[in-house]
Amino acid sequence: MTTKQDKIIGPGSIILIIIMALAVPVAAVRYIYGLGAITNLSDAYPWGFWISFDLFCGVALAAGAFVVAAVVDIFGGTTMKPLLRPAILTGFLGYILVGTALMVDLGQYQRIWYLTWNWNLHSPLFEVGWCVMLYLTVLALEFAPVVLEKFKLEVPLRILKRVSLVLIIAGITLSTMHQSSLGTMLLIMQDKLHPLWHTQILPILFLNTAIAVGIAMVIFESTITMKVFGRPAETEAQGNLAKGLPWVLGIYFVIRFVDLAAQGRVGLMFDGSRESIWFWLEMIVGVAIPFFYFLSKKVRSSTPAMFKGALLVLFGVIFNRFIVSLLGIRYPAGSSYVPHIMELMISAAIVSGGIMAFYLISRFFPVLSDEH
Amino acid sequence: MKNSSFLLDLTKCTGCRSCQVACKQWNELESEKTENRGTYQNPALLSDKTWTLIKYKEIEKQDGVHWFFTKVGCMHCEQPACVSVCPVGAFTKTESGAVVYNNKICIGCRYCMIACPFRIPTYEWQKAFPFIKKCTFCFDRQSESQVPACARACPTGAISFNTRSEMLKKAKGLISKYPDRYNPHIYGEKEVGGTSVMMLAPKGVDFTELGFPKLADRPLPVWTWKALRFVPSQIVVVSAVMGFFYWLTKRKMGKKGSKEVRNDD
Repeated sequence: MTTKQDKIIGPGSIILIIIMALAVPVAAVRYIYGLGAITNLSDAYPWGFWISFDLFCGVALAAGAFVVAAVVDIFGGTTMKPLLRPAILTGFLGYILVGTALMVDLGQYQRIWYLTWNWNLHSPLFEVGWCVMLYLTVLALEFAPVVLEKFKLEVPLRILKRVSLVLIIAGITLSTMHQSSLGTMLLIMQDKLHPLWHTQILPILFLNTAIAVGIAMVIFESTITMKVFGRPAETEAQGNLAKGLPWVLGIYFVIRFVDLAAQGRVGLMFDGSRESIWFWLEMIVGVAIPFFYFLSKKVRSSTPAMFKGALLVLFGVIFNRFIVSLLGIRYPAGSSYVPHIMELMISAAIVSGGIMAFYLISRFFPVLSDEH
Repeated sequence: MKNSSFLLDLTKCTGCRSCQVACKQWNELESEKTENRGTYQNPALLSDKTWTLIKYKEIEKQDGVHWFFTKVGCMHCEQPACVSVCPVGAFTKTESGAVVYNNKICIGCRYCMIACPFRIPTYEWQKAFPFIKKCTFCFDRQSESQVPACARACPTGAISFNTRSEMLKKAKGLISKYPDRYNPHIYGEKEVGGTSVMMLAPKGVDFTELGFPKLADRPLPVWTWKALRFVPSQIVVVSAVMGFFYWLTKRKMGKKGSKEVRNDD
């Protein structure tokens, strides 16, 4: 940072540090007494808030990195370049957070690397695990130039530049693979997931919504970052990126209805069940309204307006991920699950760690636009 | 024995729980603290310490309330969801018919629990390094040519044990011989592609009434595989399309006079 000389530790940082510190004893309890001691998970609810929020939402929210990389580096959207580095950093940290969450959630977390040689090609989770491991490496290499520039390490920089195209294409391919395969994971629950959401094309819908929420997340994150660092908003870049949203949301809307109609499930949308209400809530608030909203050029030339629209898309996709991985699943009669406060504390600490890392890295390395 | 199976004749079950106790004894499972919940069913649910459980159901029919007993535990599916979803392949469907779990490689992700249509795998929630627990079909006894402990203990012959084809033949024979006694539906014959534990219910009693899920015949792993098999082509197509557009963009930029699209700053 050149202009701002204020303290690193402001009130915001102190709150984040407190949230993280509070989770330390909670994590200690988990590592000594097991998952039962800090969660409300049970044999009836083997997956809970962590899997829905940290994994399913976390991976989707990190999709901005591959979307912006594709738009800027492959499709030549040079005007959106200022958004690239922050998006890659968000993605990189996002995946690290997912990994951190798994270190708490997995029963045998010390064995996570077993995935590398115990192969089950029939498991969607095997594919997701591999893609995430590889993509994390790609993101690290994509972000490395930022660190290398800071220390003026020319040789590795030149090597990375030479392989950058391979990295970018690998990153995009790996992203489309695991974003869709997260949907494949839920296909196995044909008997449990509500028929408004269980469909063979779930992987396509997952990829589609990941692109939408990736764009929304980049708008959300860049608006906040610019405000925090007291920089001019990247309105033009955001506006150009936002042009894609009506397309992505529109396609989702159409596929969703065509698919449900083709399966004769339209009646389920109107049966008055709580699932039918969720369905319309997602489709109207998270899809239809932002679709029309981002069609407007006036919206796309105002950062505050786009920020509001991005919040709707974020709501829609987060809600969708919670439905398909938790709320919309049929559980045994008599069982119930409400996340334990300690589960929420762990997730809050992980998110705080991500925000803190983003802040510190943006502050000390040339991440934001006018520094490179 | 290859492809061994149980046939559970629920009309013969008296709810004595010998099978439940025999399972605990053979597998050396801890006892559980139980409480009076107004039912004989104890403990309430399957758990890491209880791998088979007799459930007691009171069902009201036209001629009064009937009391039914069912035995729940791993169904040892022919095409098990747990085997297909486990990322490290900790589950195996063995030739003997048993679906067995290898705790040496399990990472504790609990995807098997989510995937199982019968909700059978249980977890050691109170342990720092938990494993999955479930019925093993006594594959250790089977390998010594012994019948599984629960089948050995059953005093009424409600649990028969033989090859799957023999068990199916027996089930069909019983249904045709005593049509007034049995529900003609053999649960597990076709459900999710067939299971190695099959059941006969009393006439007029539906398996859903007894607490068993209504399942389609299609094996669940077909759903995931129908998507996963596209992954290799996805790799090729996405990479090629991205490469093509990069080339296109670069050419367009070149014409405009700007040399590079990539981060060259």
